Amino acid sequence: MTIRFTLNGEARSFEGNAEMPVLWYLRDHAQLTGTKYGCGAGQCGACTVLVDAQATRACVLPVQGLEGRSVTTIEGLGRDGLHPVQKAWIEEDVAQCGYCQAGQILAAVDLLARVPDPKSKDIEAITNLCRCGTYVRIRRAIERAARELRARKTEA
Amino acid sequence: MNARTQELSIGRRAFLKVSLTTGGALLLVPAFARDALAADAPAAAPANPLGVYMRIQSNNRVVIGARCPEIGQGVKTSLPMILAEELDVAWTQVDVEQLPLGVVIKPGSAPAWKWGPQGAGGSTSISTAWADLRQIGAQGRWLMRAAAAKRWSTNIEDVRTDAGFVIHRDGRRASYGELIPEAAALQLPAEPLPHKTPAEYRIVGHPQRVVDAADIVTGRARYGIDVREPGARVAVIARCPYFDGDIESFDDSAAKRVAGVRAVVVVPGPKPGESITANLATGIAVVADDTWSALKGREALTVKWRRGPHATESSATLDAQCEKLLAGKGRVVRDDGDFDAARAAAGRVVEARYRVPFVSHCPLEPQNAFVHVEKDRARVVAPVQMPGGAARAVVAVTGLPRESVQVEMTRVGGGFGRRLTADYVAEAAIVSRLTGEPIRLVWTREDDLQHDFFRPFGHHHMIAALDERGRVTGWTQRLASTSKHYRRPDVKAEDLWMPEIYPDDFPARLVPNLRLEWHDVQSGITRGSWRAPAHTANAFVVQSFIDEIARAARRDPLALRLEMLGEDREFDYEQHGGPKFSTGRLRGVLQKVADEIGWGRKLPRRRGLGLAAHFTFGGYAAHAMEVEVTREGDLRFHRVVCAVDVGQPVNPLGIEAQMEGGTIDGLSTALNLETTIEGGRVVQRGFADFPLMRMAQAPERIEVHVIPSNVSPVGCGEMGIPTAAPALTNAIFAACGVRLRNLPIREQLREAMRRS
Repeated sequence: MTIRFTLNGEARSFEGNAEMPVLWYLRDHAQLTGTKYGCGAGQCGACTVLVDAQATRACVLPVQGLEGRSVTTIEGLGRDGLHPVQKAWIEEDVAQCGYCQAGQILAAVDLLARVPDPKSKDIEAITNLCRCGTYVRIRRAIERAARELRARKTEA
Repeated sequence: MNARTQELSIGRRAFLKVSLTTGGALLLVPAFARDALAADAPAAAPANPLGVYMRIQSNNRVVIGARCPEIGQGVKTSLPMILAEELDVAWTQVDVEQLPLGVVIKPGSAPAWKWGPQGAGGSTSISTAWADLRQIGAQGRWLMRAAAAKRWSTNIEDVRTDAGFVIHRDGRRASYGELIPEAAALQLPAEPLPHKTPAEYRIVGHPQRVVDAADIVTGRARYGIDVREPGARVAVIARCPYFDGDIESFDDSAAKRVAGVRAVVVVPGPKPGESITANLATGIAVVADDTWSALKGREALTVKWRRGPHATESSATLDAQCEKLLAGKGRVVRDDGDFDAARAAAGRVVEARYRVPFVSHCPLEPQNAFVHVEKDRARVVAPVQMPGGAARAVVAVTGLPRESVQVEMTRVGGGFGRRLTADYVAEAAIVSRLTGEPIRLVWTREDDLQHDFFRPFGHHHMIAALDERGRVTGWTQRLASTSKHYRRPDVKAEDLWMPEIYPDDFPARLVPNLRLEWHDVQSGITRGSWRAPAHTANAFVVQSFIDEIARAARRDPLALRLEMLGEDREFDYEQHGGPKFSTGRLRGVLQKVADEIGWGRKLPRRRGLGLAAHFTFGGYAAHAMEVEVTREGDLRFHRVVCAVDVGQPVNPLGIEAQMEGGTIDGLSTALNLETTIEGGRVVQRGFADFPLMRMAQAPERIEVHVIPSNVSPVGCGEMGIPTAAPALTNAIFAACGVRLRNLPIREQLREAMRRS
């Protein structure tokens, strides 16, 4: 069975084991290693990607679940210049080891698309783990990106 | 390749080599042993373009090699900052590249560092770099001034440097890049050159962001798990879950039928009780074309494990063993004055017992390694804290000579001490040797939580003797713990206590009658260094107990601490982090957090303030917290304040990050984490039963105060953790009167509030 979907704006098809989690497809077959493996059980969020703009844990989604859908990974997020969330992550100097941050950024992109002016409880609804404990700066970066995105909207 | 090579002495240890590349860049390569130079000379420029420490290019960009592994502690930023400062270039003209392991091996002598020590452990990268990289940078700057002086036929005193340019008294300017031809032909002075004064710093002491930030936020940053080498197969290993267990029998026929699976091989582990120098446990490796096939293949294995000699061990039997040991006499490792007499004469005696659990390191990037073992050589690309140890592990399992093992470091997705050992590199090497193929080994999260060098567990029995005025006259800490040095090569049984209790720690020398006693708890679980090792346990216990003493004596916890610290003075400190311990600097951070949080102010009901201060590996840190405990026993952080004195701050932004992260790590571990044992194996398998703190549980803000100082700096990767737990439990006590002595806290607070 051929599975057809869009990956970072490009049409793709996959004919291998349809049970394979999207995570391993991305990392081993599409050679997109920005999506990280942390637990394989949907608990840590290191593998977060956007599927039809929704933050999704790629380690528990089989490739067959992508049929007709559109996937954005961290590599695709900034392909037309850094996204305001990526910029905010740099500005706030969020990363320590950096391993979880691609997933955190995509979770934040999803949040800000749904909630343009997030309150503390909205931000805390992000359950991605950061073992280095960068939560204080993640919060600040999300607030900064939210301001930037709202300002853009007002200008537009 | 190079036009000429020269050497000069920098201090007593390092030598700087100056050479030109064919591309016209100036290479400044410090070599840390004459052997290293001899090995490289006369063609000094390494074939690997990363094998360059400082490269000044004709376009005036400067490439600085980062020698230590970047595990999230920020040294890929801070070490090059130190060098760039003394070289006197603008930080914006600097590019940083990770160096591979550089060792020089000559027959008959110990391996020597090529570019200085390369490791991440004990918060030592900064202090080491302060001693050598500054001088290397200063040599580079001198070279540029001398080159300009030659070009302009003037004295070196007539020229100065400014952010990558040399400027003549008369206003003439030349970039470092322009001066390369002259610089390459110069002789450097043999004597050490002066360093900048702190007032001249433009990079050191100024906040700089993580150098790899743009790569991290775009997914380009390469971690060990991202290494993709041609022809590499993926291996996963089913390891024996029982401590010192073995394979009874196994059937791999179904595994071999899984599409993509190429081979199944047995990976022998260490024999029971034997030193661990390579891999941790016996296992069966499944080798496949991709990760998913390898995992499916492993699932299809049928293995019967032999349970080994520790099959009846459990967390409960270990607790019982501690109780029994503490009823007897242990090994006295410090005995000042006469504690027994002080106790007999005491107006009041305070006693308490504490328990600190095993915990896993649990870095978010699971263990992994790329290793290719060939007939006469091996190549390793892996996330490691000790690249030299990774090379030794490969030597141990392949028998290859050390000089034939090449190690490259990637970014590391968290270290926390887990990757000081290279057991996973050894495993990949074994599988590569057995299959003859390049192997990238991947651990799952379950593998990582089940197999680790866990932070030791222990019970602490504390006794304090107080005089009539409530002063501490006698102090005893009786610790029963599972030594971190269990099965470490070259550690004698009589020295097993050393990593568990540091005899020169507070309050030694501050209490006249002080005794420290250690009891050896027997366990089959492997143990090792967990970020700020024994300080996490001992600071929790000591700083909690001080509050208990204060309570018993009806004294203020801050006042009691200040009284015990006494006037500013220095004591010898013989353990790691010495040679001195300053009561004044510890008082400084303590007073700072007390002032910032408003110690002593009146609080609403169910809120409390708690504080703690501790000396960790040369750094001084304190926490003060304001927490609220609801009627139901839920916890809210109102304020979390932290102060740190690590000497001259190198990168204040990085120090803040480490203290924020250390605080979260300390709180997460104290609140949530324990590795438990049942039936001779670890229970935890995932984040459901090893629940790291998530954002919703974390404080919204952490106020970090970096104490200004010009004292020689130390690192700060570990200083943020030890005081977080006791400041929290002290604040909880102040808020609701519940004293928590058993970590992790988990449901204890809710249970206590239900009972009250």
